[in-house]
Amino acid sequence: MKAPAGTLRSEFIGLGGIVERNAYLVKRYVWWEVAFFLWTVANTLTIVFIAKGVAASGGKLDVNRQTTILLIGGVIWAYLGIIFEILTETVAWERWEGTIEYTFMAPLSRPIHLLGMGIFAVGYGVLRAGLLFSVIAFFFHLVMPHANFVAALIILAIASVSFIGLGMMTAVLPLVSPEKGSQLGFIAQGMLLVVSGVYYSVKVLPAPMQALSKISPATYALEAIRSSILEGASLGSLWHDIWPLIVIGVISIPLGLGVFRRGERYAKKHGKLKRSG
Amino acid sequence: MTQLVSSTSTIEDHPSSVPANAVEVVDLRKEFLRRDRREGRFSRRKRVPALKDVTFTIAEGECVAILGQNGSGKSTLVRLLSTLLLHDGGSARIFGYDVFENPRPVRRLVNRVSVEASFFKKMSSAENLSYAARFYGMTPAETREKIPEILGKVGFPPERRNESMEQLSRGMQQKIALARALLTSPVLLLLDEPTTGLDPRSKLEVQDFIREVRSIHNVTILLCTHDLDEAEVLADRVGILHRGELLSLEPVADLKARYGAVTLEEAFFAATGTSFEHEEDNDPSAGMADS
Repeated sequence: MKAPAGTLRSEFIGLGGIVERNAYLVKRYVWWEVAFFLWTVANTLTIVFIAKGVAASGGKLDVNRQTTILLIGGVIWAYLGIIFEILTETVAWERWEGTIEYTFMAPLSRPIHLLGMGIFAVGYGVLRAGLLFSVIAFFFHLVMPHANFVAALIILAIASVSFIGLGMMTAVLPLVSPEKGSQLGFIAQGMLLVVSGVYYSVKVLPAPMQALSKISPATYALEAIRSSILEGASLGSLWHDIWPLIVIGVISIPLGLGVFRRGERYAKKHGKLKRSG
Repeated sequence: MTQLVSSTSTIEDHPSSVPANAVEVVDLRKEFLRRDRREGRFSRRKRVPALKDVTFTIAEGECVAILGQNGSGKSTLVRLLSTLLLHDGGSARIFGYDVFENPRPVRRLVNRVSVEASFFKKMSSAENLSYAARFYGMTPAETREKIPEILGKVGFPPERRNESMEQLSRGMQQKIALARALLTSPVLLLLDEPTTGLDPRSKLEVQDFIREVRSIHNVTILLCTHDLDEAEVLADRVGILHRGELLSLEPVADLKARYGAVTLEEAFFAATGTSFEHEEDNDPSAGMADS
């Protein structure tokens, strides 16, 4: 038998292969990527203009602050969307291309496979989110004199662990339901949108929804990132948001892997692990 | 001839006592749940057997062809041995490893080529091959050397290496699928109708390549096909799979003698009672959206 070290090396090579393949696909679909980015910009603008709209209709608010709050919500929402989309493609895209059987019969462990997708999703998502934030901030001439971008990025990195765990859970859906699984991923994403205070404070939610907001990592990520960008909060002062993110991350990754493993087993039992569904 | 493939999987990977047989399948059974539309929209799902207690062995270096109509269970057999399906009974071992209890070492030893070439269509042949090779632990340095070598061996023009797969002919895609399987140095190659839909010239080229690979690399091959000529020219033994049952598995001459047939087609007819062209709408693995 090969030594464990050799196996570990193979796993890392496989992980690199996943990231490499996704980079190839971004390169090959580069104009589509540009089109989707423009669509995200348009969507985010639609949300961010609300602050100006409220001010124009007589509402009294700090437009710069409110615009930044909405922008952070829009950017985190777009980032979360990318993570979910890329992880869901673990199954959905491979099924569509017909490569799913080759990938799932290869000797790469599933956690490393999913981790590779997650790492690419985070790297690509951070780039897209950073670009989106810059474009919109420039468009609105937003002033963020106290912003602590380093703290915001670290919070985003910590939150990404939880997002990957949740993404793993949604990634299995196209395996269980080839026809509708991907759409179920969007539903899960939408549920997070409602309870996490993406565009409003969770304090305005009814009590049962506020309870749900406490188990959503996006709630803590949004609060912490807004504090770091608007008030320049340091990591130390954000600990009350960081520790729940760490706890949710520690739980969500093994939970995501477990859910995916069960889904894969179900698909193998019922013959759904194939190109045509 | 140059060494086509790396030593990703070698005999040293196998259990310490190397078994005599590459493949040992005993009473292998697989069933799918299927709703009978004729009994109405809300009818109960029934268990439909796809493989019924199939037993056979393949010796190391041997090429065995399994003949069967669409829906006979050929693809189910290949997918079970590829670790893509879980069984409902019996056992399957590949070089001594239990396919269902210990699939990871099996995956190192096995690769396959199916009827559809199945690639990322926008990616080039080199990109697709390097992606597949990474899963088997091949580094970028290794694939930079091996991919041009193996693409050259299947007759792929070097200047087209960066063209997307969708720009290539079906025959060329299938040859690259064969290259993909061989790049990972499998000791067992599962071929599921690898030449179906190819033009006669491409079919012969693929068959020549299979023959060449087998003679030089001693790869064990399980070939599932409904091409009688292909089975006859490539395989040491030919089996007939009908409605999930393996009716026979022996050299072509013995098969013909058993049924008093002159041709393999006649032997197939005598064994199954149906002509080879006759297709049955009883594929239990189809329509799994219902299950």
